[in-house]
Amino acid sequence: MNDYEFQPGGDRFPPTRRSVIEAVGSMDAEERERALETLCAAYWRPIYKYIRLRWNRPAEEAQDLTQGFFVEVLERELLEKFDARKARLRTYLRVCVDSFVSNEDKAGLRQKRGGNVAHVALDFAAAEEELGGTVMDPATIPSPESLEEFFEKEWLRSLFTLAVEELRQFCEARERERTFRLFEAYDLEGDENISYEQLAKDYAIAVTDVTNALAWARREFRKIALERLRELCGSDEEFQREARATFGGNTR
Amino acid sequence: MKFLSDKAVERLREGAEIPDLTGTRYHLLERVARGGMGVVYAAEDERLQRRVALKVLDVPGADGDLANRLIREALVLARLEHPGIVPVHDVGTLNDGRVFYTMKFVKGQRLDQYIETVSSVTERLRLFLRICDAVAFAHAHGVLHRDLKPANIMVGSFGEVLVLDWGLAKLLQEDAGRQSQIADPDATILEKPSKAGDSNGVVQTIATGHGTVMGTPGYMSPEQARGDVEHLDARSDIFSLGALLRFLLAKNSDSTANAVGKQHLDKALEAICSKAAAPGPEDRYPSVSELALDVSRYLDGLAVAAHRESVFEKLARFYRRYRFFILLIAAYLVMRVLILFFLHR
Repeated sequence: MNDYEFQPGGDRFPPTRRSVIEAVGSMDAEERERALETLCAAYWRPIYKYIRLRWNRPAEEAQDLTQGFFVEVLERELLEKFDARKARLRTYLRVCVDSFVSNEDKAGLRQKRGGNVAHVALDFAAAEEELGGTVMDPATIPSPESLEEFFEKEWLRSLFTLAVEELRQFCEARERERTFRLFEAYDLEGDENISYEQLAKDYAIAVTDVTNALAWARREFRKIALERLRELCGSDEEFQREARATFGGNTR
Repeated sequence: MKFLSDKAVERLREGAEIPDLTGTRYHLLERVARGGMGVVYAAEDERLQRRVALKVLDVPGADGDLANRLIREALVLARLEHPGIVPVHDVGTLNDGRVFYTMKFVKGQRLDQYIETVSSVTERLRLFLRICDAVAFAHAHGVLHRDLKPANIMVGSFGEVLVLDWGLAKLLQEDAGRQSQIADPDATILEKPSKAGDSNGVVQTIATGHGTVMGTPGYMSPEQARGDVEHLDARSDIFSLGALLRFLLAKNSDSTANAVGKQHLDKALEAICSKAAAPGPEDRYPSVSELALDVSRYLDGLAVAAHRESVFEKLARFYRRYRFFILLIAAYLVMRVLILFFLHR
């Protein structure tokens, strides 16, 4: 065997973060708050965009509903009612959003919310700008299936955005800013014409350095994204399924 | 935070899916296929300078159910050294936490594609016998395949037959203690311990299946489809072989196992298929060797165990088998009669 030897029962990739589902039921108020923040950070954008499209709400109303939804999650302990054996967390949350908006409409209870949701900056202006750039056109009146697909796609975008941001901070902490810039230039900016050779020339380094830097960045990105994903799953089984769907090309 | 375009999300997904082979002796060449558990890539073994197939799980960790299944598949392959079973070279965990194994890179065609080029029934039956040979070998070494189907059979460039995808394979009683360290919880043994209390507990644990249904409809035995994993034995694979034989004998290779039953087959071959793929395990051949023996007997023009012949069928078979000698004797007798006739005229 080699240096990458298989160790039965071992795991070179230990789960370092606790699932939000578990954490939200914790006796520790700080942990509970952190869990909600994590959930909020990953889901507020997809939920906001979903409310804008699915419920055809103006920006201000959608902002209010998005914040209201997270208050609802906290007040009605929605996460504690989630059963990972029955559904995926994001499907459950989407259904909860539908039910929340529908109930708010019926009761006419909508009011200004926010402030006590979680300490997550909800940059609605940026989300609104992104929404303008999304592929789906609200005028096409999307079917429930395509809305579900839209929500999943936005959720994945949100997960990857957080992971990229964390990777950036990680690179900065390790003084590997150049690595992040290479990763940004090649993997994020999506310029078809850019090549490893071009990057090597631009940064006056060897092509193998570009290759190694990108391999490292992708590996760390994958690791961070999976850690975040694990945190957002209710069970290990759900995590395995979601990891395969996220990185295996199956969207369902 | 920077907005990620659809293209960037796709690139990130693709980039992250590529296995991290740093620190290994392999160099990635191309993606070959995606299977139930992971992705198969063609890779270059830089140390031995040869091409290998690298199968990598697409979730991290070496202790999940899927990781256990992949490792078990590699270990199953490692214990089955047979020309009809693809040899495994290496198993391990990559830097990105994913379990992988490498095996021989096989150039060839899947059975369902290859069979279109083979029109002769005799050739198809010979091919089937080679499949039986590999499966019988696995059974003899305590392994059930559980997912035999055309897509899992490869025919190499030199006509060699390889049985692939042992991801659903079940380990049998032999070496149960050793295997228990890596077996998944639904593992089943072929032969239960003779006495309930004579095991060290390991065998019992392995024998207790949770009834998960895994396999391919049309090729999966009824007991496997019911999730009756505790009672699966070699006859479950024999059912799949029966379905596979029907497929091979069908005129159109794209016919499903169920549909080809409608095709006209020689009565003896039909009887072999029916016996192999009988709904009840007790009505099937008790072993792959016996199934293969019946097919060989058919090829040799002998009576098959699965079919009771009428006198006419016996005569017809006798004629088919000794046609050359019968015709020779007949020709001799005709000549003799003609000679006698002309001599006495």
